[in-house]
Amino acid sequence: MNLLRVKHLEKSFGGVSAISNLSFDLPKGIVFSVIGPNGAGKTTLFNMLCGFYTPDQGSIIFKKENAEYDKEVMYHSLHNMATHQIAACGISRSFQNLQIFFNMTALENVMVGCHLQSSSRFLPSLLRLPSVIKEEQRVKQQALNALAFCHLDHLANEMADSLAYGDLKRLEIARALASKPQLLMLDEPAAGLNDTETQQMSHLIRKICASGVTVLLVEHNMELVMTSSDQILVLNFGHLLAQGTPDEIQNNPVVVKAYLGEDI
Amino acid sequence: MKRLSGFYLLSLVALILPQIFPDNYYLTVVGVFAALHIILAVGLNLLMGYCGQISLGHAAFFGLGAYSSAILTTRYQLDPWLAMISGMVLVFIIANLIARPILKLKGHYLAMATLGFGIIVHIIFVQTEALSGGPDGLGDIPTLSIAGWAVDSDIRWYYVTTISALGSILLSLNLIASRSGRAIRAVHGSEFAAQMMGINSNKTKVMVFVFAAVLASFAGSLFAYQQNFVSPDSFSFFFSIELVTMVVLGGMASTYGAVFGAILLTFLPELLIVFEDYEMLVYGAILMLVMIFMPQGLFISLGHQLTQLKKNYWPNKKPAGDQQ
Repeated sequence: MNLLRVKHLEKSFGGVSAISNLSFDLPKGIVFSVIGPNGAGKTTLFNMLCGFYTPDQGSIIFKKENAEYDKEVMYHSLHNMATHQIAACGISRSFQNLQIFFNMTALENVMVGCHLQSSSRFLPSLLRLPSVIKEEQRVKQQALNALAFCHLDHLANEMADSLAYGDLKRLEIARALASKPQLLMLDEPAAGLNDTETQQMSHLIRKICASGVTVLLVEHNMELVMTSSDQILVLNFGHLLAQGTPDEIQNNPVVVKAYLGEDI
Repeated sequence: MKRLSGFYLLSLVALILPQIFPDNYYLTVVGVFAALHIILAVGLNLLMGYCGQISLGHAAFFGLGAYSSAILTTRYQLDPWLAMISGMVLVFIIANLIARPILKLKGHYLAMATLGFGIIVHIIFVQTEALSGGPDGLGDIPTLSIAGWAVDSDIRWYYVTTISALGSILLSLNLIASRSGRAIRAVHGSEFAAQMMGINSNKTKVMVFVFAAVLASFAGSLFAYQQNFVSPDSFSFFFSIELVTMVVLGGMASTYGAVFGAILLTFLPELLIVFEDYEMLVYGAILMLVMIFMPQGLFISLGHQLTQLKKNYWPNKKPAGDQQ
């Protein structure tokens, strides 16, 4: 069953075509990686999926939660949706350049992630009605669970700006997971991490997938991509170059040529 | 409850002080202004300190509240309470209308737009003479009465304004520790990430802006009834700047910081009277020095230094970095 379907997607900036005629299906429940050299259009694709850019052409449709049949009517069309509406459809992401709320503790960061999982409104919050207090406790527990899932529970009450870089990377993932997404998009989660941390990240990604969340991964670290992905899509200059399992991709001559040059 | 221990302490001090100094000028006259400034600063701090959106026109809402009360009670003989509520409804509508386009702007542009709004409202107060009394102001405003208890002495005004200020502090503390409060702070931290967490950032900003405006309108009505007189001078651009200074000087993104800043900036000119001709010079110098040496604001910087002192004197009690 497909979770996300991208059809004939086009995006250009000025005269530069960042994505051209890209179509692919993202099956539910797997780790799906998008790789490609710098400037291949990976981040542009991410930013279109989460509503930061509007595609010039093409469609992005996303399966509604609890939709049982694979019919178009069961899908959200993400075109022209604002970012917060897309988030409400069940998509969340981490960012390549950290977008942590540095004015909060780690726990509060993740509690922001629970925004869609809670419903207290402005006026009851001002008066701190009993329903608000009750929900606060539930949200706090949920956030602690998400922190524990990413092995950050011991840092819950630390201010985010005092956390180490590797912890912040996982904090972003914990925050995204707290919104209980169907699709989690990770933008270079291993960038700047050392080997041990990269291995831990690989385990974390598999663990997220095992918990039922589909993962869309953009990453330059090939070891991480090859060990944690079920399927890989290769982009080059905005075009789809190849798609397949890690083994297929590694042995695909076109991909090897695009990545490593003619000689190898 | 630990979350509100500071609030209870503050309430206790504020309500016991007049028992100890019943006829003190600083308490019952300056204290009333301090309380009104607290209401304004706490609201503005939600917008500036927590949500990260500057407003250089906050005095306009204070003025709209004051003039609504003044005009409705003197020219239309409306009940002071109804006039106050009408003012808040009016400000609610106006704030909603201007916040939607204005809060799409960022940084300097937002500052310019709010500044323009403040100036326009000030001009309206001056120019609509038939209604507002123009530059001469509007007098003979009746006072409030609470179920037959007329608020007609300094000490009674002290209690009314202080309890109102404490109420606004409590609302602010409650809000910040809630889902909406986290959304507000998240928009400040990273607007894109906040949106990705499902927060409608525009709506959040408008909500805070409107709440701060309505709170200012409430303070404005109290001001009009307490003074029995309003004139445009009280709601000029300079007062907007003074409010921003209270928030920044006390410490951004801290409710108690705003309270501290409001109290300090209300009392400082009174205390500096001893410098006579050099009063404003010393005042300006103090503000500059605080911003140079305590850029985070007085309340937050002093808090840090107290913690540091505590660590130095009782190093064994709480070893640094060994809390977790």
